[in-house]
Amino acid sequence: MSSSELETKRLKREVLVRLIKAFLSDNFPANTRLIPFDMRPKYSEVPFRCCVYKERGILRARTLAGLGFSIEDDDETVSLAEYAQKSLERVKPDPNPLTVVESACHSCQAARVYVTDLCQNCVARPCMNTCKFGAISHVDGRSVINPEKCKKCGMCMTACPYGAIVKTVVPCENACPVGAIAKDERGFARIDKDKCISCGKCVSACPFGAVHAKSQVIDVLKKIKQGKEVIALIAPALIGHLPCTPEQIQDALHKVGFAHIYEVAQGADITATTEAKDFQERLESGAPFMTTSCCAGYNELVKKHLPEIKPYVSDAHTPLYYTAEIAKKEHPDAVTVFISPCFAKRREVLDNPNVNHLLNFEELGAILIAMGIEMNTCEEKAFTYQSSREAREFALTGGVAKSVQAAWKGEKDAVKPVVVNGLDKASIRDLRMYAKNGSCPSGNLIEVMCCPGGCISGNACIGTFKEAFKKVSDYGEKGQSLEDRKENC
Amino acid sequence: MGKVQVKICQGTTCYVMGGDVIKSLLTTLTQKYADKIEITSARCLGNCNESDSFSKAPYVYVEDEVISSADLEKVIAAIEKRLDK
Repeated sequence: MSSSELETKRLKREVLVRLIKAFLSDNFPANTRLIPFDMRPKYSEVPFRCCVYKERGILRARTLAGLGFSIEDDDETVSLAEYAQKSLERVKPDPNPLTVVESACHSCQAARVYVTDLCQNCVARPCMNTCKFGAISHVDGRSVINPEKCKKCGMCMTACPYGAIVKTVVPCENACPVGAIAKDERGFARIDKDKCISCGKCVSACPFGAVHAKSQVIDVLKKIKQGKEVIALIAPALIGHLPCTPEQIQDALHKVGFAHIYEVAQGADITATTEAKDFQERLESGAPFMTTSCCAGYNELVKKHLPEIKPYVSDAHTPLYYTAEIAKKEHPDAVTVFISPCFAKRREVLDNPNVNHLLNFEELGAILIAMGIEMNTCEEKAFTYQSSREAREFALTGGVAKSVQAAWKGEKDAVKPVVVNGLDKASIRDLRMYAKNGSCPSGNLIEVMCCPGGCISGNACIGTFKEAFKKVSDYGEKGQSLEDRKENC
Repeated sequence: MGKVQVKICQGTTCYVMGGDVIKSLLTTLTQKYADKIEITSARCLGNCNESDSFSKAPYVYVEDEVISSADLEKVIAAIEKRLDK
């Protein structure tokens, strides 16, 4: 999380904490209905919007997302109390993870090129003279762009010697790597679910905090409350995002009510060895390159926008897949919950019958606050399965490629890793080119991570990249390398 | 004169509400005062225990002054106030 997101994230987290507190209280529906009023009581300060009523309206919508509903489908005549009741009756969570709070969406001005009042009314008028579309005229001592004619090429921006011309962007549209979020005819952001890869970049990008994840927090807490055997499968990135040691996490999660805790790093060991084997076979049969397959955002991208690269994607399953398989084998009747740094895993979880739910780090953090669990006083307990150094570092950019290298049994020099550190329009273009040409000029093992920095900077993370990186690497160092294990077997 | 003590609560509540972000940015932004202030993490200082007080996290201490809903602006102002004295 960066400082610019701090305020919106704090607001979202406060709503979640209040919602969980309401769930844990003796009257869930009634207390849920009160959340907007508790947060913005009569005569209270109006920090962000025009009036207390609009603030409450937006908080109501945020609460709906916390309850797991789609805000776009909100029937405003139904009270939050009724929605709370409905959330308890729900059997299956909503398949599309993201939802937009229309009342919070600022309906930003469409992206445009604009001459600011820094225009000096110069004699040379380079802006007018460089515009190929005749879009710039001179009105009242200043250059003006006609939006009907402007193609947003930006030539005038480069030409202006004063830097007086700017290009504005719509943050969510600008952040989306696949053009899945756009303003509708009324100017409000809409997500096209057929294009959306659930990466969550828009969630972090919107300065109004208008994009939310539909939470499964109630679904999970309900099952814990019913006394079901609920298992937490924790992503390797979690180590970096809690104020405690890795060994304290188990005790904290037991206090939440989870019966067993598995590190997804356990499955990452299997992914690494499977992927190394897969890579070796591919190279032997003459394949030019292979891409990794563990990032859910990337897998969605391949499915929806980049099918041509599918033949080059490793057949190895994700660490979550293998871990869930092990957990279900050992506890066939249990409910499994993946604790995730990002939103994209929602789609993977939906397609995997071995994983029942997903909680992201922010939601887990909200649960810990609501339950008053003090992480750094929890007991230390080592995990039964000791994951390898490389598996623990899966969450760092370059980590997956390193793990394949460590598990690699062939010629050392044969593996030439390329790291795609974050999906954006440019890196997607590169990947498309590799697939089209059937070759990658910079290497043969392409690791793709949707988030720059890896899963430790997932869009639902809590702490900073720097701290998380340090904690995850420290934990990794304590693990045995796959390279040493390989020699032993 | 001893260093101005800045304690950033890293209890669960403060951490989740952005304490880690504040700490990391504050350390960078106050480098010019590096020899005059000391930034440390603290365990839960108990400010968040009342019913709604979690919503005012993260809490930061500048000497004995408690700053609620701490952001960089507030914390740096409190530090500079101490340094002027």
